[in-house]
Amino acid sequence: MTASIAKADQVGAEPASLLLDANNVSLSFGGVKAITDISFDIHKGEIRALIGPNGAGKTSMLNVINGFYHPQEGTITYKGKVRRRMKPYQAASSGIARTFQNVALFKGMSTLDNVMSGRSLKMRKGLFWQMLHVGPARAEEIANRKKVEEIIDFLEIAHIRKQPVGKLPYGLQKRVELGRAMAMEPELLLLDEPMAGMNLEEKEDMSRFIIDLNKEFGTTIALIEHDMGVVMDLADRVVVLDYGKKIADGTPAVVQADQAVIDAYLGVAH
Amino acid sequence: MFYREAGQFKTSYSADQALLPIKQDRIGLALILVTAFVLIPMFGTSFFLSSIMIPFLVFALAAVGLNILTGFAGQLSLGTGAFMGVGAYSCYKLTTYFPDVNIIILIMASGIFSALIGVVFGLPSLRIKGLYLAITTLAAQFFLEWCFNRIGWLYNDNPSGAIEVPQRLLFGVPITGPEAIPEVRYLVILTIVAVMTLLAANVLRGRIGRSWMMIRDMDIAAELMGIRPLRAKLSAFAFSSYYCGVAGALMVFCWIGSAEVETFDINHSFLILFMVIIGGLGSLTGCFMGAAFIWVLPVLIRSVPSALGIDMLAATTEHINNIVIGCLIIFFLIVEPHGLARLWQIGKEKLRNWPYPYAN
Repeated sequence: MTASIAKADQVGAEPASLLLDANNVSLSFGGVKAITDISFDIHKGEIRALIGPNGAGKTSMLNVINGFYHPQEGTITYKGKVRRRMKPYQAASSGIARTFQNVALFKGMSTLDNVMSGRSLKMRKGLFWQMLHVGPARAEEIANRKKVEEIIDFLEIAHIRKQPVGKLPYGLQKRVELGRAMAMEPELLLLDEPMAGMNLEEKEDMSRFIIDLNKEFGTTIALIEHDMGVVMDLADRVVVLDYGKKIADGTPAVVQADQAVIDAYLGVAH
Repeated sequence: MFYREAGQFKTSYSADQALLPIKQDRIGLALILVTAFVLIPMFGTSFFLSSIMIPFLVFALAAVGLNILTGFAGQLSLGTGAFMGVGAYSCYKLTTYFPDVNIIILIMASGIFSALIGVVFGLPSLRIKGLYLAITTLAAQFFLEWCFNRIGWLYNDNPSGAIEVPQRLLFGVPITGPEAIPEVRYLVILTIVAVMTLLAANVLRGRIGRSWMMIRDMDIAAELMGIRPLRAKLSAFAFSSYYCGVAGALMVFCWIGSAEVETFDINHSFLILFMVIIGGLGSLTGCFMGAAFIWVLPVLIRSVPSALGIDMLAATTEHINNIVIGCLIIFFLIVEPHGLARLWQIGKEKLRNWPYPYAN
């Protein structure tokens, strides 16, 4: 494990290992410009934060990355390949997972089934075996269940394994959603406000999970978050957006000292 | 008190994932199966078998079909009657062309035609959701009804416009046509329904069933988990319509013996939909409960006055029947909007925790 931490640190510091590169991306809905000419990159193994005031285009940017929106201009290069008009399920199969700002769990299913649903792409057995539920289909189901149980252990949600997620408290729902994304074994994990609406303890738990996920599993993480304390502690590098434009990019220390960022957050006398 | 899972420890994932993880449930199901397969055919009267049990099983199978689509995959459909009709008419055509092929094989095959038609009428579901989708499935209902009426080839140009079931044998015993005795028809239907329900339960707890529920609960998130909406929705339409088709074929071949276009009209679709809603969306047990509620209960209520020796006009009995059933539907939907299956589940939870009402 120590070796993987060392490796992750090393990779994070090395600009050569690009995982994702957004180039001059612009996105508009009718006359509304959501994103204007934004470029940034995500390195393998780092935690990259996207911050900015409300309506800055952070969530739109994530939606572009996982294929919900198709930018009018600019390109996204993921793992060395330029993508054009990719569908969300193609993004999923190329290793991009995501959690949502408003919890988007499958409300009618149990915690276990929700996390299992993240394994959908890892399971292949067809209708015939599924109907009989013997042999290969059962072996596949159990092998994936083992992986899912590891995640359930990691996130400390074993006690709610069989409960329908609709009835869980908000903090736990967020955790199940993280588990569901983890079950996809993603290379790039997009977290949209993973700590919104949480109390301090829940935030600390979630931060711990995010750091462990990054260091132990080597998952690259891009997160949107409004809690600046959390962002500055977790992130290796930070992009700041305001009104759909990039106003700063760099290490937390650099971004914190940037005058444009301070103006965007605190306002400026006109 | 008797329904406890205390002491039943699971030591493997396969034991934990079993269809019925609790021992008492397994015993219960075994008792039901023994009753259904042995006691009912031995002691049931001809009326009980052909007017209560056979229709109940046919409707339960159709309800399973609709519930897979509406309850598990979240796609509302009002075309169930028509899809059952497709199964019935295609089984009729198949047995006309291949009179020597075993009728069971033809009944199972006729579902395939229903599945194909289901896929075609499922295409709008990729763009349209909820009530609007229900309206587009009405198109299936009316278009297919028109076909059953106007395309003479479907009923072999029979002047009455009806399909009449010929006699077909299984192991030398007639199972369709007027000669078939109720016991045999009942056992044939029961076997098919039991096996198909088991297969559906298996599909629903595996990858494919989960993909349907993912689409139902949150289609955007499902897509991000790698589910293709096109494939998930159309496979749900196909699977569901297959079940409806087989139910339709069984209905005509092993129950009523002949059918015309009115057999599969919109009221029939509504009847199945009511069974699914009363029984419980998203529950296979609920399908059987709903079918029993909508079909068996009225028969029992109708027999009450004569059993008590009260002289009553048939029309009056029917009116009382409608009033009672209507009130019961309102009562159950107020008590538990998620249907009888949910009510049953709550009861079981209470029993598990008894005598501690708030334990979990």
